[in-house]
Amino acid sequence: MRGLYSLFLLLFLICLAFIGAYVLEFHLLMGVIIPYFAFAVFTVGIIYRVIKWARSPVPFRIPTTCGQQKSLSWIKTDNLESPYNIFGVIGRMLLEILVFRSLFRNTKSELKDGKLVYGQNIWLWLSGLAFHWTFLIIVLRHLRFFTEPVIFFVPYIQNLDGLLEIGLPVLYITDVIFLVAIGYLFLRRVAIAQVRYISLESDYFPLFLIFTIGLTGVLMRYFTAFKVNIIDIKTLAMGLVNFNPVVPAGIGWLFYLHLFLVSTLLFYFPMSKLMHMGGVFLSPTRNLVNNSRARRHINPWDYPVKVHTYQEYEDEFRELMREAGMPLEKE
Amino acid sequence: MAEDKLKPQELLDLNHKPPAKNWMDTLPVFRRGTFNYAAVEKNAAYLGLPYPRKWQPMDEDWQLPENWKEIILNGFKERLDKYRSLRIFMDICVRCGACADKCHYFLGSGDPKNMPVLRAELLRSVYRNDFTTAGKIMGRFAGARELTVDVLKEWFYYFFQCTECRRCSIFCPYGIDTAEITMMARELLNLVGLNIDWIVTPAANCFRTGNHLGIQPHGFQDSVDFAVDDLADITGIKIDAPVNRKGAEILFVVPSADYFADPHYYGFLGYMALFHEIGLDYTFSSYASEGGNFGLFHSTETMKRLNAKIYAEAKRLGVKWILGGECGHMWRVLHQYMDTMNGPADFLEEPVSPITGTKFDNTKSTKMVHICEFTADLIKNGKLNLDKSRNDQWRVTFHDSCNPARAMGLIEEPRYVIRNTCNNFFEMPENTIREQTFCCGSGAGLGTDENFEMRMRGGLPRANAVKYVHEKHDVNLLTCICAIDKATLTPLMEFWVPEVSVGAVHELVGNALIMKGEKPDRTDLRGQAFVGRKPQKKEKVEEVKNV
Repeated sequence: MRGLYSLFLLLFLICLAFIGAYVLEFHLLMGVIIPYFAFAVFTVGIIYRVIKWARSPVPFRIPTTCGQQKSLSWIKTDNLESPYNIFGVIGRMLLEILVFRSLFRNTKSELKDGKLVYGQNIWLWLSGLAFHWTFLIIVLRHLRFFTEPVIFFVPYIQNLDGLLEIGLPVLYITDVIFLVAIGYLFLRRVAIAQVRYISLESDYFPLFLIFTIGLTGVLMRYFTAFKVNIIDIKTLAMGLVNFNPVVPAGIGWLFYLHLFLVSTLLFYFPMSKLMHMGGVFLSPTRNLVNNSRARRHINPWDYPVKVHTYQEYEDEFRELMREAGMPLEKE
Repeated sequence: MAEDKLKPQELLDLNHKPPAKNWMDTLPVFRRGTFNYAAVEKNAAYLGLPYPRKWQPMDEDWQLPENWKEIILNGFKERLDKYRSLRIFMDICVRCGACADKCHYFLGSGDPKNMPVLRAELLRSVYRNDFTTAGKIMGRFAGARELTVDVLKEWFYYFFQCTECRRCSIFCPYGIDTAEITMMARELLNLVGLNIDWIVTPAANCFRTGNHLGIQPHGFQDSVDFAVDDLADITGIKIDAPVNRKGAEILFVVPSADYFADPHYYGFLGYMALFHEIGLDYTFSSYASEGGNFGLFHSTETMKRLNAKIYAEAKRLGVKWILGGECGHMWRVLHQYMDTMNGPADFLEEPVSPITGTKFDNTKSTKMVHICEFTADLIKNGKLNLDKSRNDQWRVTFHDSCNPARAMGLIEEPRYVIRNTCNNFFEMPENTIREQTFCCGSGAGLGTDENFEMRMRGGLPRANAVKYVHEKHDVNLLTCICAIDKATLTPLMEFWVPEVSVGAVHELVGNALIMKGEKPDRTDLRGQAFVGRKPQKKEKVEEVKNV
């Protein structure tokens, strides 16, 4: 069964972190060296990948149009689905990146009594959107560990996120949505036969990894048995940010596990499908203006090709053309 | 032939549930009716394509060149460096599965490798193996696999089972375009001489004679003369249809099926009647007697070689601008590739309609206007005397052709023309039209007899939607603006919805057009008497507002 290897790999990583942090107490390694290394790989890796993409040119203007083109003045143009200027493209990309426009279109088809029927299918869109947005908010919330004084927007996010005012410490809504959404994304991968069929180990692994990162975070925050010393964590985090690492004693091992898994994610990111985060911006079917007939697009590697000229054509068919009374270049 | 035996009911016994076995461990079976024959040696050689030879997909030994793997991998590397699309599409798919049930071939066949994501994975798995560090280290764990002869055969089977319709790409959150991936894969296959005859032979014909059908100049002249005579029989008006005439204002380029095949031909008559009626100063060309371009289904280079004749001929004849007929993939090439490949067309003028004075600003660089844009403008400006009731024998629906819809955004123009030329127009369900339109199932060079079963399968979603409007609204005419559609929707309808005929949008125009001096008993373009009320001479053009 696919997915199992990913699970084993994750368990192996957890064991590694446990041994490193709890058994051997390599706190400098776990708290400073590995995170630095992972962050370096993440940064350099992403830059490398994006440069590699950017170095391949876009020889042709190939947007996929999902709406009416700009043609006659009295026909209503859909600038967001078939952009005719840069504002349209920006709008299209924003819709794509912020609200997953294309995924929202998703339908589900079924064959019933020899008839194909299509129904709405918003679950992938909804869970995808929930997962990505809550992930972003959670990352932003974490800035309270990495900034001193805490950057201005973090308290607002925290307040909004804890609006329900349940429990102590206050329950963040995003934590719940995050785990539920990622749980759903995993379940659909296993439960929908077609999606299971196309799934690779590299599809399961990030799901398991990110879920466990979320879970360890939740355990530390809400469950007294796993409580860690927040002040010490902040000291460690600020030390990392200021390139003056300090490793306070007595941070619980669970924190090191959390940090190790985050480091794994950072390390893994540039060499995985997670690069879709950057790639979506560069996709030539979405980020180009649909004005190929109004403005010439240049292909940087264009080269001359062998063509069949009119002269060659007329030379071959001249007699036949003459008999048919067709005009000729050479009589 | 499979065609005689195959029954619709047999094809409906479908299972969309994939097997348990890992897809990397299953090989394609070249079952008759589901693949196309190999390119004929002499035509591949005529075009100077690599490794022309006698072979067939059913053969065990494909007689590949000894270093075939090296050729393919080098070609892959070259294309990764030349196309950002390829590199990105290889890297960023997350296999969310949104595209899975959007492909007409998957819906009609249930073959899991027809899910667009898996079609792309056929290529991606090799990409990971040979061009990514993760794939090199982790192999199958990272979804990598080695390129073997079996993998190559699998590529051939499935990349000639994609019509490059782009429907999946509109559902992809990253806009991954399977058409682009298929085009790249076909280029790679071509490097080792693997191609299908229905692409290579038309391309070779087109290179030599100017059109896919291989019609020589005098034959082209005959076809046009024949149409002039037909139109005279129908309307009583003898029109003038110039060929290769220098100094005309407009060069008119159509797909060759328009003057050769049925029901395209009625649309061809429609154009000619229209041009006569408005007194357009135009010319056909026998050298540019093909707007279509099977090079698009072969390689960028072949596409460019075939497309070059259009600008060359416009220059030779000294026209001001170019008008193009009803065709799908032809317009993908004209809209998205022509100017880049064979431009700049600085010897032409920015197109202006000589009848209405409308400037076609959207075409000011390429200088080529779509006939539906041109006609819609004529109607909007009240230049045509149209009697919609002359199409009352038809209850009409419209099939958006893939390329005009998803590579141009030409969606409302044909609808405006249809609404102004007939009384009974009904849209198919919304998931099956406009940008979500379903392919005819036979595009991109796959419309052969030997591929009949796969075509009927691929056309199932389209046919199903037609059947729906046929049952609900008694629709009996499926109009479209694509030559491949007209050729292949006809057998598709015969197979799935035999009560529905196929027609051109400009057939409706030609029918509805009241021509000055037409004979009182003129018929429609198919030679049938009008069933609606008698034409009334001075009738005002009725304008439809709800565009």
